[in-house]
Amino acid sequence: MDSMELKQGVNELFSDPDADRAREFFRQKSRAMVNKVTTVSEAVRTLLNDGDYIAIGGFGANRIPTAILHEIARQRKKNLAFAGHTSTHDMQILVGGDCIDRLDIAYIIGLEARGLSPNARRAVESGKIKLTEWTNATMSWRIKAAAMGLSFLPARNMMGTDTFTYSASKEITCPFTGQKYVAHPALYPDFAAIHVHECDIYGNAHVYGASVSDQDLAKASKRVVITTERIIPTEQIRQAPHATFIPFWCVDAVVEVPFGSYPGNMPYEYFSDEEHLREWLRIEKDPEEFKKFFKRQILDTKDFYEYLELNGGIEKILKLRAIEHLIEKK
Amino acid sequence: MAEYNPIELMICVAARNLEDGATVVVGTGAPCAAAMLAQKMHSPNLCIMFEAGGVAPILPSMPISVGDSRTFHRAILASSMPDIMETCQRGMVDYTFLGGAQIDMYGNINSTMIGDNHAKPKVRFPGSGGANDLASLCWRTMMMTVQDAKRFTEKIDFITSPGYLRGGNSRYEAGLPKGTGPYRIITNMAIMGFDDETKRMKVLSVNPGYSRKDVQDNCGFELLWADKLTDTEPPQDDELRVLREEVDPHRYIIGR
Repeated sequence: MDSMELKQGVNELFSDPDADRAREFFRQKSRAMVNKVTTVSEAVRTLLNDGDYIAIGGFGANRIPTAILHEIARQRKKNLAFAGHTSTHDMQILVGGDCIDRLDIAYIIGLEARGLSPNARRAVESGKIKLTEWTNATMSWRIKAAAMGLSFLPARNMMGTDTFTYSASKEITCPFTGQKYVAHPALYPDFAAIHVHECDIYGNAHVYGASVSDQDLAKASKRVVITTERIIPTEQIRQAPHATFIPFWCVDAVVEVPFGSYPGNMPYEYFSDEEHLREWLRIEKDPEEFKKFFKRQILDTKDFYEYLELNGGIEKILKLRAIEHLIEKK
Repeated sequence: MAEYNPIELMICVAARNLEDGATVVVGTGAPCAAAMLAQKMHSPNLCIMFEAGGVAPILPSMPISVGDSRTFHRAILASSMPDIMETCQRGMVDYTFLGGAQIDMYGNINSTMIGDNHAKPKVRFPGSGGANDLASLCWRTMMMTVQDAKRFTEKIDFITSPGYLRGGNSRYEAGLPKGTGPYRIITNMAIMGFDDETKRMKVLSVNPGYSRKDVQDNCGFELLWADKLTDTEPPQDDELRVLREEVDPHRYIIGR
């Protein structure tokens, strides 16, 4: 390695990586194993403030806390910074509600194989949202650094690219080998919402299937809301402590929201509603039509169940359950 | 000779590059189809991985998302994104596939934006996702793409994912792991590799129905040519049969 000039990204860091200030916060955070069951609207009202940095669990349209996302839009939360890590339908909702003005980008505006979100794309291309580039691994490691109680983690990605230039990472040298690394700043979100398969009233949670970054996200975030397909007795947690995915001390609020990842996929429960997700993409092409659609679907519905009912209700869920389980239904 | 379309050819060629016992991180679409075809043809122990945490699934159908439940259906492991990325960083992942809007002669790829103002892009794309990570950390990166002079361009607007950066030794000097980088660019017209010294894109074989001139005319930079330039072996009947009947029976990918 002949050139050891150390570079740094030029863009803004939207969150504070300082580990001691994070410790001060976590010192105050309750460790009590108390009943945390509440409602969606109460959780969003009491735990999320305008201007907060937020992160959403799951993978865009897989195992997402849809009810919380809708409620953030319904309560007109503003000027949020958002972790655009594996984001797809979650970001569609937050941009539809005009909730975010700062964006950490790993993956945004796309819905993977389904295509791009015209509305999210317009918002990003308009210049009204501040953008900093990262990658999926970087965002995972930034969250992991915070989960570890650190201010950064070294890694070997991003170097030499414009992704690095437009990030807020910095190059460093390994004190042992002299190898060049990139230091990624820890990400301590103010607020995270994670949808799980089951948890008890204290927030001890089980998740089945690929976990993305959610275990670290629950540890890294200052305030955490868990929505759950079902609440289970604590005895079920105690029977299999090795299976506890998130422990109670990470969690501030628990809301039971069966079918709560709809229209996203919930592994082993129901598949994504591809028809509905494609309807979003189609309607978003016309900004005025999309405004009406968003109002009818989300702003004017009183809660997640009214929205689910509007889109086929339990019958729809039964169809999606059959698809998830690969059962041919006439 | 069998009839086939360009995407079928690219998938068949890509599959031949995936040997038994190797590991490959794939996305949705053509890369996933190539990995499934390789498994069914000649690499039953090819380990397919998805960036959200799915490892070695028995894929019942094409995933729609790299995090959906198909990606860990009857899998060996359903882990996490950091676990998959750390496995790449540890040097345990042999291959990956990337896509993008632009590629240059060193295999650098743009999937972020068109324009010159990052804060207000003329056209915005999703960004790196896991692409930069996989291009940085997997041993060999491949790309399947339709070729034209706009996509294969002298200067790309944004280097999202690293190829050989400015050529020569610049990738390693930037700090990226030794011995990694772009391996094959598979287009509808030709198969390219990269020159050992300059790290510039080099045509290895030309696909049936195309000439050397077609390949150069549809590329915005000067290509190098292998001393022993060959003709790409077209898709064989058995490859096409497995691809059409078992891998993508609904023609989600090969019907595009």
